[in-house]
Amino acid sequence: MEIFLMFIKAFLVGGAICLIGQIIINWTHLTNGKILVLFLIAGAVLEGFGLYSKLIEFAGAGASIPISGFGSALVKGAVKAAKSEGFYGALKGGLAACATGISIAIVSGYLVATIFKPRTKKK
Amino acid sequence: MDYYKKRTLTFPNSYVIDGYTVAGPKENDGRYKGFFDLALEDDMFGQNTFERAERKMFEHAIDGVIGKANLTNADVDALVGGDLLNQIISMSFSARKQHAGFLGLYNACATFAESLIVGSCLLNNGLENVVCIAGSHFSTAERQYRYPLELGVLRSPVTQWTATGVGATVLSNQCETSTPKVTRATIGRVVDYGIMDANNMGAAMAPSACDTLVTFFKDTETSPDDYDAIFTGDLGKLGSDILLDLTKQEGYDISAKQHDCGASLYWDEQQTYQGGSGAACSALVFNGVLLGRLRKGEYKRILLAGTGALMSPTTSFQGDSIPAITHLVEVCF
Amino acid sequence: MEKYCEITKDNYKSYVFEKMPKSSHWKNMFWAFLIGGTICVIGQAFIELYKLWFSIEDASVLASGTMVLIAAILTGLGVYDNIGRFAGAGSTIPITGFSNAVVSPALEFRSEGYIYGVGAKMFLVAGPVIVNGVTISVIIAILTLIFGG
Repeated sequence: MEIFLMFIKAFLVGGAICLIGQIIINWTHLTNGKILVLFLIAGAVLEGFGLYSKLIEFAGAGASIPISGFGSALVKGAVKAAKSEGFYGALKGGLAACATGISIAIVSGYLVATIFKPRTKKK
Repeated sequence: MDYYKKRTLTFPNSYVIDGYTVAGPKENDGRYKGFFDLALEDDMFGQNTFERAERKMFEHAIDGVIGKANLTNADVDALVGGDLLNQIISMSFSARKQHAGFLGLYNACATFAESLIVGSCLLNNGLENVVCIAGSHFSTAERQYRYPLELGVLRSPVTQWTATGVGATVLSNQCETSTPKVTRATIGRVVDYGIMDANNMGAAMAPSACDTLVTFFKDTETSPDDYDAIFTGDLGKLGSDILLDLTKQEGYDISAKQHDCGASLYWDEQQTYQGGSGAACSALVFNGVLLGRLRKGEYKRILLAGTGALMSPTTSFQGDSIPAITHLVEVCF
Repeated sequence: MEKYCEITKDNYKSYVFEKMPKSSHWKNMFWAFLIGGTICVIGQAFIELYKLWFSIEDASVLASGTMVLIAAILTGLGVYDNIGRFAGAGSTIPITGFSNAVVSPALEFRSEGYIYGVGAKMFLVAGPVIVNGVTISVIIAILTLIFGG
């Protein structure tokens, strides 16, 4: 039952974050790259105040899967390492925390580019 | 209008011998299905990259139109034309296989009308046969001007769909049989009304279309009523609406005569929003459809106004507005 | 348009804006919410699955990784752009959209080779995310150090 509740929370929070993004797009016609960066920075700044982690605790994937979760993970890693290792950690921690995701994206990008071909859009 | 010296030219001997079209699969599913000489089933055209496919389409169209006009490659004096890619590679590279002189043109989607004007000027200077050509390819243009093909983006309702196709025309300075003629033309000037949204090319181009059309009517002392149809290049539905408003303001009502090559290329169900864009629109419609209608007598006098938005991704990112140009040719039979 | 008795270069932009067809906002927002939420639920399902073997932090990272992988394959199959066509932000903002942004240029520019094509162009769209993300994380971490967080 608790799992079920978690799914509902993930759906609502994740959907709400995307909804906010869509509202911003509708209003401002921002391009994809700008929207991604905007949400990333929003997540990073919220994490800087320690807020985004609480949202992840509450909604799980609903908060960690959106790109703002990526920003929050970067900051969380950097701050944590900075506290234990000083400036060296501040430089190391962020990317270290997100290394898995980035590596998977790069390697799968490489593989997909090798295996598949781009196709023309039909619509 | 502002000051200009002379923008309208007269051509005494510019005969349209024949036209040839190569169209992509989506274009052949559109309103002009069956009008094209060669319709591709696959827009890769048997090549391994889209750029090579576009090049092959150009090569096919050049050879096709020369054959259709009962000429040989040695009869052609000059090739004039271009495409949308950087350094107009599709046109230049396909001209490698020809012996004729080559003038590469770029005026974005107005390139076809521009090539008819330049070609007609060459005929005035003693050349006998000139091939005028323009085209575009959805997948190469999309990558250069917008996003990678597989990137999931929500398309704005003002976007247009770059048409895949190439149209080529043979112009000659003499013709024994009766055939349509390019009689007059107005050279466009660059007009910029400050539109910033690179998706909304119709709105960026409409003022320039109005400028050229009105200049032509004033210079030649004609009116829209003297023509059976006025075909604009790729203003799209929104751009056409704006053009009607703008020309009405200048005292010319073209609403009964105006058609847009791009907007009429596809059915609404093909989800191109504003319709087609790209150099292929006017080239496909002129060579595939309008020449036939002129020959059948459905039209006696038409105007073809090729419209082009002269932006690049660099200028868009640097926050510049979109300049536009429109070249107009009068074709009579 | 009646409202504009004269369209000039100065009022042209606002004239065009009024004449423009508008996106159907409600439809876009509905799909963004639905697809975005669904992607997060799938992510949550992977978290629950990985939690059987890993700690919650690792499970979360692995789940994100799995979603990235799935989106990469869907991009290769030519499916993801079709989802993005109506889902908008719903497919852009989740980490799967990041993956799509990495994979689609890689795929597109393969024709220019593995070094200058795939290698150089892979972060054409997603590069700003990494660059800005890393920069801001370092800044925030240093600020935390200075002000004691």
